[in-house]
Amino acid sequence: MMSFLSYFISGVSLGSVYAIIALGYTMVYGIARMLNFAHGDIIMIGGFAIFTAVTTMGLPPLAGILIGVVVCTVLGVTIERVAYRPLREASSLAVLITAIGISYLLQNVALLIFGSNSHQFTSVVNLPNLVLADGRLNISSTTIVTILSCIVIMIALTTFINRTRTGQAMLAVSEDRGAASLMGIDVNKTIAVTFAIGSALAAIAGALLCSAYPSLTPYTGSMPGIKAFTAAVFGGIGSIPGALLGGIILGVIENLSKAYISSQLSDAIVFAVLIVVLLVRPTGILGRQINEKV
Amino acid sequence: MDAKRIRIQNGITYGMVIAFWAVIQIMDKTGNLSSLLKGLLVPLCMYAILAVSLNLTVGILGELSLGHAGFMCLGAFSGAFFTNCMETAMPSVGLRFFLALILGAAVAGVFGLLIGIPVLRLKGDYLAIVTLAFGEIIKNLINVMYIGRDASGFHFSNKDALSMGMDETGVVIVKGAQGITGTPRAATFTIGILLLLLTLFIVLNLMHSRTGRAIMSIRDNRIAAESIGINITKYKLMAFSVSAALAGMAGVLYAHSLSTLQATSNNFGYNKSILILVFVVLGGLGNMRGSIIAAVVLTALPEMLRGLNDYRMLIYAVVLIIMTIFNSSPKAIEMRSVVMDKIRHRKTAGKEAA
Repeated sequence: MMSFLSYFISGVSLGSVYAIIALGYTMVYGIARMLNFAHGDIIMIGGFAIFTAVTTMGLPPLAGILIGVVVCTVLGVTIERVAYRPLREASSLAVLITAIGISYLLQNVALLIFGSNSHQFTSVVNLPNLVLADGRLNISSTTIVTILSCIVIMIALTTFINRTRTGQAMLAVSEDRGAASLMGIDVNKTIAVTFAIGSALAAIAGALLCSAYPSLTPYTGSMPGIKAFTAAVFGGIGSIPGALLGGIILGVIENLSKAYISSQLSDAIVFAVLIVVLLVRPTGILGRQINEKV
Repeated sequence: MDAKRIRIQNGITYGMVIAFWAVIQIMDKTGNLSSLLKGLLVPLCMYAILAVSLNLTVGILGELSLGHAGFMCLGAFSGAFFTNCMETAMPSVGLRFFLALILGAAVAGVFGLLIGIPVLRLKGDYLAIVTLAFGEIIKNLINVMYIGRDASGFHFSNKDALSMGMDETGVVIVKGAQGITGTPRAATFTIGILLLLLTLFIVLNLMHSRTGRAIMSIRDNRIAAESIGINITKYKLMAFSVSAALAGMAGVLYAHSLSTLQATSNNFGYNKSILILVFVVLGGLGNMRGSIIAAVVLTALPEMLRGLNDYRMLIYAVVLIIMTIFNSSPKAIEMRSVVMDKIRHRKTAGKEAA
């Protein structure tokens, strides 16, 4: 029972990381209608930025995270400006290919700077572990911090979107871009803000992910990126509570199947659950059904 | 397009492939073929087949699929399995390879059909992620699969070779993550080109047939197509499974060009599916000739840049981004047409002056 609980909690923690990454996917998809394939690689860049600040330059972890957030935000906005904005009116496939190009670019830049060897990431959380039930349940502090950060981010983001003018502008653009721009909303600025938020979250996700799984390579971000994207689709892409729900369910399923079924098949099981959910609910668990008009 | 123009266009495509074959043959005979290029020839054919077959799903049917590498993986493994199984029953490598091609295509096609029935109800990005998921599942399952054979028949396991409980005559054919070893390397450039021509023949004929027009009508407007009585499910499944079968065939070709076949994320992961999609999109949706050219150029480019070592993938990425923006951005298209108009204008002006 205790081992189940411990697998479950670390699953929720992994799921929280997926949820934070999935937020970036889901917001960008909801507002810009594009799959940002490079999002996973922004996580990796964030990880390397923090690694450089903390391990190489010896700064305190919080300063490292701050640097990571700044680097990723600037990077995200720049990518949007240079590569995605010229294709705003182009077909969604062209945007997808550009995003893939950006993904290759980020990976190879990281490869040139940091090499292909794996780097040992020091956890940004250095607190004692939480020991419960007479030592039978040992929860690492990274796990707790990850779950708490996810909750804080969710609350902050929901408040931001519902209570601020920029947040309302984001909702309006995701609803109807044309109508929003007629109402005087600067669509380009709103999309840039969305990329900034998504990329900042990616940096935080990078810090948490690398604290839990400390080996950092130029390809670190790509599989969690795909999984988080799966989580976003799973919960209903475009929906913020959906990203949270999808991320956590996915993380729990992945960890439990790793523990009880097969570690090699855990990815296959995650993807199989996704397929079943999408077949029953074609727009994800919390996704809106869109009726087709003739 | 009228029938005559279609025939000319198709002729150019076939001619291009045959000319490429001839040039390579001449280079080979005169000894101008570098060993680097020689090693690339079969992969070039394979990527061209994969790109043309994916173009059938993405360009003609209009559905985004990110699981093409999964079908290729199925074909590769069933083909290699067959070739290894029949080693004693059929000594001729050529015959085994030929039958393996048919079998690999059939297995991938059947899976395409089975996967397509539930999945093709989804649309757009949802379909894309589900096909990606299927590709990953196939790769993962093959990685834990063990198949062996002894005197009493076949044995399966999803754990390890020992748990199959075979007697001493037993031979392990599929070794989980170690894959299949010892497949004869029967794939040659000429066979690759023949398969590419066959793929082109199937896809081009399908495109310009009544069936192909029905498929394209679904792409252009599903509701309108349905209202004139086109059976959407049937045509979608047909295009999807033909595309899967051709990818399976490319997989068999791939399996017979290496002595060790493993299902890793490098050769059958979603990255491979994305790579093929890049060929299709840059070559032009629905344009088979473009797919082949893009596949050949983009496969050869990183190899030709080998001298630049670490920078080659960086250059590849930049070229990819710039090419897409130049091809698809509304501003770039406008700029291009302005420049073209000026050139044209100057020409006509020059003629008038003369």
